[in-house]
Amino acid sequence: MALDKNGIAQRIAQELKNGYYVNLGIGIPTLVANYIPKEINVEFQSENGVLGMGPFPFEGEEDADLINAGKQTITTLKGASFFDSATSFAMIRGKHVDLTILGAMEVSQTGDIANWKIPGKMVKGMGGAMDLVASAENIIVAMMHTNRAGISKLLKKCTLPLTGVNCVKKIVTELAVLDIGPNGFILRETAPGVSVEQVIQATEGDLIHGDEVHEMSF
Amino acid sequence: MIDKTVSNVSEALKGVKSNMTLLLGGFGLCGIPENAIAELVRLKITNLSCISNNAGVDDFGLGLLLQQKQIKKMTASYVGENEEFERQMLSGELEVELIPQGTLAERARAGQAGIPAFFTPAGFGTEIAEGKEVREFNGKMHVLENAFKADFGFIKAWKGDEAGNLIFKGSARNFNPVMCGAAKITVAEVEELVPAGTLDPNEIHVSGIFVQRIFEGINYEKRIEQRTVRSKT
Repeated sequence: MALDKNGIAQRIAQELKNGYYVNLGIGIPTLVANYIPKEINVEFQSENGVLGMGPFPFEGEEDADLINAGKQTITTLKGASFFDSATSFAMIRGKHVDLTILGAMEVSQTGDIANWKIPGKMVKGMGGAMDLVASAENIIVAMMHTNRAGISKLLKKCTLPLTGVNCVKKIVTELAVLDIGPNGFILRETAPGVSVEQVIQATEGDLIHGDEVHEMSF
Repeated sequence: MIDKTVSNVSEALKGVKSNMTLLLGGFGLCGIPENAIAELVRLKITNLSCISNNAGVDDFGLGLLLQQKQIKKMTASYVGENEEFERQMLSGELEVELIPQGTLAERARAGQAGIPAFFTPAGFGTEIAEGKEVREFNGKMHVLENAFKADFGFIKAWKGDEAGNLIFKGSARNFNPVMCGAAKITVAEVEELVPAGTLDPNEIHVSGIFVQRIFEGINYEKRIEQRTVRSKT
């Protein structure tokens, strides 16, 4: 059966390593924080100027001066720090942040990503996404395999305005874990009960799969 | 000690006119110069070019200036959560330049630091880079971006002293420090203004040299955009 959004987050959490500084985008990526393995320590960076972000505050303890990049009220954990926006993007561009997890509207088989604009429909802006994808060594996209109309979001070439080129390394969807390879998407894992055939059908771009496709384990 | 204090917001905004370019600190509604924005509305000046990460919400922050159609051009990185903004943008009344958030921060910092332009990898290969000089460094392509120049900068800090030294609180720091000193005149409004010598020089975030005018603001609303909480059970 295909995963739900929490399942996608849970699978991505397995990619976290001890000592990682991690930037989580809005949406499914935010849920990754709920599944950090107990034995590892990571710190979350929020590009509005917080490192060491903690969970939402208890009711009545919200602080208007303490929010994340999604403008939600948050708390900080031991060892946290605050900094200005230029310093925040120095952490990002300077590759001090180890892993970026973000959502996407489309990803191409060469690692291009589109997630900030639908011409004539939605123009909200790119926020920090362009800086993040242009610099991060390690970018995981968390998204549904197809859009609401059932059209694949894993394409030969993106159709929407790009956020970055040749930058995505790994994609986790409700159906599969895929890497970007030199000749297309490489299928690494399928969700429990999902067949390779189902993933092929839901993927518009070239998909390479060997005998080494595993079922995700949780 | 060089005294930067002015007695109130109207004195702080003396010289602000229509057609000027303004830098404004804040992220969403967090750490925005509420008093300066209210005064800009009261002054009824128009054709402003505003540079700020966001454009407020419909009835608060820069949204108040949009409501009165005082803004001609907006430079920002993210403008969701604002219907009036979207309407003015789609109808062509408002000129909009959307740029990456880190580029926005660095263009302000470069303005502050006397760096005329810089190369950044952000936006290469996207429509943001169209018409801009690109260059390869260490095997990677970069885009040339210019420093911001502005007439006035309006920023908000938690505490400040008569010399213009500033301390910020939490994530309300955001764009405020980098926008100090990137305009001809930087106006800092603070929640608490104290005599020089009161703040520990070790703990100052922005030195008073970057600030021309400072005043203690009033009636801070500090509106929360997304109130998210967890239950104790």
